[in-house]
This record gives sequence, structure tokens and C-alpha cells, in this order.
Amino acid sequence: MRPILIRGGRVIDPASGTDAVADVLLVDGKVTAVAAKLAARDDADVLDAAGCVVAPGFVDLHVHLREPGREDVETIATGARAAVAGGFTSVCAMPNTDPVTDNQAAVGFIVSQARRAGSARVYPIGAVSVGQKGEQLAEFGELVGAGAVGVSDDGRPVATAHLMRTALEYALTFGIPVIDHCEDLSLSAGGSMHEGLVSTRLGLKGIPRSAEDVIVARDLQLAELTGGHLHCAHVSTAGAVAMIRAAKARGVRVTAEVTPHHLVLTDAACEGYETNAKMNPPLREPADVAALRAGLADGTIDCIATDHAPHHYDAKEQEFDNAPFGVVGLETALGVAITELVDGGVLSLPALVRCLSTRPAEVAHLPAGTLAPGAPADVVVFDPSAAWTVDPARFFSKSRNTPFAGRKLRGLVRWTIVGGALAHRAADRPAR
Amino acid sequence: MSAGRLGKDLLGLEHLSADDIRLILDTAEPFKEISERAIKKVPVLRGKTIVNLFFEPSTRTRVSFEFAEHRLSADTVNVATALSSVSKGETLVDTARNLEAMRIDMVVMRHPSSGAAKFLADRIKSNVINAGDGKHEHPTQGLLDLLTIRDHRPIEGTRVCIVGDVLHSRVARSNIWGLLKLGAEVAVCGPQTLLPMGIEELGVRVFRRIEEAVEWAAVLNVLRLQLERMQGGYVPSVREYYRVFGVTLERLERAPRELLILHPGPMNRGVEIDSRVADGPHSVILSQVTNGVAVRMAVLYLLAGGRPELAESAKGAPER
Repeated sequence: MRPILIRGGRVIDPASGTDAVADVLLVDGKVTAVAAKLAARDDADVLDAAGCVVAPGFVDLHVHLREPGREDVETIATGARAAVAGGFTSVCAMPNTDPVTDNQAAVGFIVSQARRAGSARVYPIGAVSVGQKGEQLAEFGELVGAGAVGVSDDGRPVATAHLMRTALEYALTFGIPVIDHCEDLSLSAGGSMHEGLVSTRLGLKGIPRSAEDVIVARDLQLAELTGGHLHCAHVSTAGAVAMIRAAKARGVRVTAEVTPHHLVLTDAACEGYETNAKMNPPLREPADVAALRAGLADGTIDCIATDHAPHHYDAKEQEFDNAPFGVVGLETALGVAITELVDGGVLSLPALVRCLSTRPAEVAHLPAGTLAPGAPADVVVFDPSAAWTVDPARFFSKSRNTPFAGRKLRGLVRWTIVGGALAHRAADRPAR
Repeated sequence: MSAGRLGKDLLGLEHLSADDIRLILDTAEPFKEISERAIKKVPVLRGKTIVNLFFEPSTRTRVSFEFAEHRLSADTVNVATALSSVSKGETLVDTARNLEAMRIDMVVMRHPSSGAAKFLADRIKSNVINAGDGKHEHPTQGLLDLLTIRDHRPIEGTRVCIVGDVLHSRVARSNIWGLLKLGAEVAVCGPQTLLPMGIEELGVRVFRRIEEAVEWAAVLNVLRLQLERMQGGYVPSVREYYRVFGVTLERLERAPRELLILHPGPMNRGVEIDSRVADGPHSVILSQVTNGVAVRMAVLYLLAGGRPELAESAKGAPER
């Protein structure tokens, strides 16, 4: 593998406090030097990053790669390829596949498929309970031994307070977070969008904010009781942000993520029964969006995670109540974040890199999220001012279910490097 | 396909203007008379083909549409889903496209999913008339309710209270939009479990006690309480519902004025409404049904491109 010399970009590495124009040298899969002016090397490929940001590769704690089970909508290979196209060098694959990732063989399968695909690194998340049925604890020790970096029953909440308590306690041995999809199923049953004026007008059953808030409250109590590491997935309500902020202030071990779509869209996106605006948790109201942005800016919410959820065209081309929840997000996250959050004055570019890379790597204890010498050579080079238009037909993902189709965004990934090898160039994107 | 003043489809009343609504009601007036003739048929839609596509059981609405179509001389086909390819797993969009491939002019659809009518209308060229989509809208019911109220008093300024399961009711939503647009004062009354979030923001007053609603209103539109709501835990029992929210003769006798009583049917006598009220002198429930045919004739006529000012002459001279 030839060394790569990235010349003249704005190097942003929040882990080391770096924000300066510099060169970055990658040799043998490691970052070996970051300095204002590195000497030319005959053996190195040179990337001219003038005008671009050079950052540690992004880390997505929450993706659904659908393999095994639904290889028609995404595979580990296509999902990992979509990831590097979006600047993500590490992604965490949720266990709600078919079969469920609740044993070491299933974890091993994901690891080996990802290795074969050879683009983004894929870290499996194991199930909290066997079959995600909410009854018996899965074998966390074996899951972690095979490569899992966290546990979750995502797609569903951890079913009972007792199960959540034991999961948080048992996970302490392995140093992994318990990631919860916070939803009280009795409050959300039958709902297909946020409960509010829009759902009333459209005649759709609503999912109230309290469906999320009561489980966040439960989980925070249990994290406080046990000392375990709770990670709240896809936070969507102002109430959840306030509770997490208060819990962090009193020392509870809680971290949280928010999706790009919850930071940008409201329930108004469901008007016209737009099934690409149907996701769980649902898009909420402007006050929630404002609270999520404030929570991200003040560190209450640690990171941005996409909840990349591929679905088949036919599944979304249905009556709203019958369409499945979820949207793809890997290839639009950076553009949406820069356009709405950086240009919108919510986050600085270094703060954005922190939310997309440094913090998520810390949450899941991944060897990523920094450009310190010796760190894995996982790097993204993006042009924060390059404009582009979202065209789902040109996605690397197998699925096209995005609420951002046709949006003009700023912020384009030029190169993504994984383990010192070029995994994505902007020019790779297929023509229409 | 054709498009008259109302556009291609009738999906709901929310997006119609007050003038559009008045146009439909005014167009319905001359059509009322056709149903009173010995030979109830005029050639207005001769040669047009209409599919009545019902994904939910319906007697009143389906028969009302069929009569409206037949009295305007359209050729119609009824598709009930239990007997159709839908029961073999065909998607809504495929069902619609196959029907359209047979070169139909209009589809009248009843469907359990909110938004299904718009979904269909966005994907086919034929006119689509929403005959009830989930909990969203039932525009022809809203229109026939307006016509029935208008037969008895001016809508503008009249206080109308919709009583019962507003949460799950498409009839309630179409009524609210239509009444507000025509200048009525609108209220809803029912247990909070059956009132949707944010309803006040539509400009609607909320009463939690039927006694207060009766005192305030000039018109009550009493909704059917679906018996499955008990399993959903929205109300504890039919018995208690009648006791607390039932529109009874005793309650109406205490009202400061005589109330006009509407009900979209089918009624649960002794659940949401007292039989003495349903069959009493202030009930216009059967007039609603009669008006339903005229309103649907007007909608079919206007969507087919008929000119409202010609509705009177289009129906021809009355048969003697």
C-alpha cells in the first residue's frame, strides 16, 4: 500500500485540539504525521486538499445494513460503500436483522462480510435479548468476543425495566454501552407519525412525545441505579433532551445521539402523506427541533447518527399507514449537517466533526475519531462549500428512501480513506 | 379524464374554497328534484364509466353513489375487495392502474387508510372521488350535512356541535372544514379520549360535557360510536357512554332552543343517540340520506366538467 500525503487542507481533529491548515501523512494504515509543511515523498500518492477539511473519518453509531435477511434492500457491502461515500469510515450495524444478531456466529458473519467488502469498517451491535424478544439476556460476553461493540434491541425498546436494569449491570463487565430505542409501545401502538395538529388534520394516528419520554425517564433512573452506560438512540423530543441534560449534570453515565432528519425536518414533512417522511421516532415539531439543536450544541447530545434504514421502493409506495418506518441517511448526513447546522449557525465545523467522529468513537470505544500519530488512517476530506443536489438515483445504497431528494446541499466528500487505502473518491459516484 | 371548476378530484373539504363548497351545494339543489320523479334518470353522464371501489364495507354511501351515478346515466361497476384481486395481495396502485387500463372515467373509493384517495389520485388520470379514507375525510358526507343544515337555517353564524368519537371520524373532519369555511361556529363534544390532539387550533370549541354542548348549540351532529372503541380502552362501556354522552330526549328538553339533530349513520340506538331523538321531530337524519344522492350527483356532474349554470337545464324537463 502506497503512503498517502494529504496536502494543504484545513485539518480539524477535535481529539487533539487541532484546527489549522496542515499536511497529513498516512503510512502503513496509520496516521504518521500532521504538520504545517511535510516534505514531499516520491513513494506517496498526493491528495490536494486545498479548500477542503481533513478530518478523522466519521463514525455512525446507528445503521441498518439489512444483511442477513433483506439483501434486496441493502447488503453489508452496499451499506459500507454508501458509508464511505458519506465520509463514514466506521459504522455500527444494528442487530434487528433476520435472523437477529444475538449470538457470536451472527456477529462473526457480519465481521467477515464487512472484511470481504473492504470499504467502511462495520462494527456489529449485538442484541440485548435473545431474538430481541425482551425475555432472556443475550450472551454479551460471546457477542463482544466475536466483535460486537454494544448491545441494543433497536427497532424495539428494551422490553421491561427489569431487563434494562440487568442489561446495564451485566454490560459493565464488558465495558459496552446499552443502546435503547426509547419507545413505550402501549403509547405508540398503531401510530404512524407525531401526534399533533398535522396528524389530526391528516387523520393519522399519532405517536405522542411521551412515548419516548417515559422510557428515557425509566432508563435514566436505571442508569443512575446501576452505574451502567446508557446510550439513547435517535432522541426526538424536547423532553428527552431536558432529562438527559439534567441526568448528565448529576453524573449519570448517559450518552445520546440524534439523526440529521430530526435536526432538520418537522411533522410538516408528512403533508401529502409523504412516506419518505415516515420514521420512528417520528419527525416532531419546531420546538423539538430547536431543543435537539441546542442539545447538540451544548453537548447534551453527543453525536449525530443516521439511523440509515433502507426500504424497498414498493414498500414506501403505499398508503401511509402501511408503509414501513425509516429513511436512508449515510450519503446525505454531511451535506444536511453543513447546510443546516454549520451554515445555520448551530455548530462550528470543529463541533460538527466532534459530533460525527470524535464523540461517537468515544461512546462505543472504537479505535477511530482522531488523527493523532499512530491512529488508524481513517480520514475524510470534504469540501464544506461545494454545492450539490441530492439525486437518490446516484446513491451507492441499494435503497432510495430519502426525505431529502432534490435538496440543494453544501458539503461534499472528496475522498474517504479507510486504513490508509482510498475507499471513496467523489468521481466514483455513478452517473444517473 | 376531465376537470371542471373543482379540479380533477374531490379528496376532501380542507382544500376547497368556500365558493367551491357553495358551488357544489347550489348545483345539488336542482338535482334534488330528479329523485322525486317517476322516471329518475337524466342523460348527463351518458357514456361515462365509473368504478365504485370499496375497500371497506359500506351500504349507505355505496348505494347513494350508485343511485347518483345511475340517475345521471353513467355506466358503473362495483368492486368490493373481499371478492377482488386485492384479497390476492394486489397493491392499491396496481389495482388502480388495471382499472384505468380499461379506460374508465372516474373512481369512487372508500379505503381504510387515511390518504389513500390522494395516493390514488396522484397516480391515475381518472377523476377520483373520496368516499371516505381512514380517519381523514369523507367529503360527500360533509357536503350532504351542509346541504341538510342549509335546508333549515343559514349556515353562517349557526352553532354546530359534533358529538362523539371525533378522534376516529372522517365525517367530523369534513364537517369541521366545511362548516368553518361557510362561517358556522363549530364545537366538538366527547370524552377527551376521543378528541384529537390540537383540535382547538383548527378554530373549534371543545365541550367535555354534553349538557354544555346542548346549551350552546343550534345543531348537533351525532357521530356513531364504533363498538371496537371499547376494546381500545377509549371508553369503559356502552352503558356509561350513553349515560354520560348520550343525546337523550331529557337532555334536549332542557336546551334553551330547539336543536336540529343530524347523524351520519349507521346509528347505534341507545348508545350515542336516544331513539326518541333519532325518530323525533327535530331529527333530519333521513333528509341527510335523501340529500346525499343529490350532493353526489352534483359532485359527479361538476368533476365530469359539467357547467354549474347548466345544471338546471342539463336535467331536462321533469317527467309528468
